[in-house]
Amino acid sequence: MKVIQYSQIVEEVAKLCKTACCIVTPDMKAAFKKARENEVSPLGKDIIGKLLENAQIAETRQMAICQDTGMAVVFLDVGQDARIEGGYIEDAINEGVAKGYTESYLRKSVVNDPIFERKNTGNNTPAIINTRIVPGDKLKIKIAPKGFGSENKSILKMLVPADGLEGVKKVFLEAVKYAGPNACPPMVIGVGIGGTMDKVALLAKIAAARSADSKNVDPRYAKLEEELLELANSTGVGPQGLGGISTAVKVNVEWFPTHIAGLPVAININCHAARHADVIL
Amino acid sequence: MSEVKKITAPFDKSVVKTLKAGDNVLISGTIIAARDAAHKILTETLAKGEKLPLDFTNQIIYYVGPTPAKPGDAIGAAGPTTSGRMDKYTPTMIELGISGMVGKGYRSQEVVDAMKKHCAVYMVAIGGAGALISQSIKKYEVLAYPELGPEAVAKLTVVDFPAIVAIDCEGNNFYEVGQAPFKKI
Repeated sequence: MKVIQYSQIVEEVAKLCKTACCIVTPDMKAAFKKARENEVSPLGKDIIGKLLENAQIAETRQMAICQDTGMAVVFLDVGQDARIEGGYIEDAINEGVAKGYTESYLRKSVVNDPIFERKNTGNNTPAIINTRIVPGDKLKIKIAPKGFGSENKSILKMLVPADGLEGVKKVFLEAVKYAGPNACPPMVIGVGIGGTMDKVALLAKIAAARSADSKNVDPRYAKLEEELLELANSTGVGPQGLGGISTAVKVNVEWFPTHIAGLPVAININCHAARHADVIL
Repeated sequence: MSEVKKITAPFDKSVVKTLKAGDNVLISGTIIAARDAAHKILTETLAKGEKLPLDFTNQIIYYVGPTPAKPGDAIGAAGPTTSGRMDKYTPTMIELGISGMVGKGYRSQEVVDAMKKHCAVYMVAIGGAGALISQSIKKYEVLAYPELGPEAVAKLTVVDFPAIVAIDCEGNNFYEVGQAPFKKI
């Protein structure tokens, strides 16, 4: 059995918050470069160039890529043979988020309740924590801060089996058009298919946080990722919605078995910042 | 891409009329930061018949909620936020005499109608390019509602702040014009 200290989790989470918010990942930079090369709209090309410039400034100056440093979405893979010592793991995550957002000059964007008071909690907590218990004795922490320009454009639909693949594509297209310039394209789009209402939303979120250079291990779904990308880029939305062929740089699909009577679909859109950082303890 | 037009803010309606959908502009001067919570308070203050904390005549409103500035910096990352969230309040702000807005994303028909009626322009900055845009912001001074934190009303001193005219005062919409040639479905 491996022992992981509470304090270590706090420190690692604080570091991950900074890294995710200030560094554009290599997969996204590569995707931008490819998009800049392929883009036919001169304005679109110019905008993608500016995104690369923005990434450079953020990294050099250790400054947030985007002012909306998001709500901290955390994915935990907890090895069933690992033991956390010194306190409750969710407290450690939240303490790490508070520390990271405060010490690294990130914007605190969380309010205490959604309707009545809406008072800023002042430290960007609570985080959204998704935990899986997995084999082994390691703890994997992945942070994907989510801004709400893109999050607000998510769609979840409970289709029926007769809607089939065409139905999925229709919902996808609806989401891309609904997002338009508001979600800061070129985007990474996460698609969840299957499971239940709650499961499909999580699948879409996992997909949205996946790298731009990854693909689904199932070749049928990998092909679907390609098809959906082409579909997104035929809308004309383009970089910042000002026209072009680079509406998305990547579509990631995650799926799960579902009920005989259902076909849940969720689309979670990630902006061009598509932040993610992880560590294995 | 069109020629870059250099403009000084605040500016009056005579300048608004020269800005056309699709124009690239570089803004220098001062602009006013205000977003969701500030718009809500401003319109509530007006409805109560109370005095506003500043005169909005000819001002350019920037929808922004920056990250905190690091020591030695004027401001943190400061890209535009989604303008549509301000749509409910914008016709009132336009009636108050603002000349324009800077944000990102689509606007409602009510906003476009008010822009045409009172001669105002809607410009967009690159969403998410907060680090890049911060380089053109030289000073950040909170004018009102400091308790709102990143949502406080502030005066920004800018030099060559880059933006694109999305909707001009005649209602021409560059989102439509720009997307049309690439739309296949």
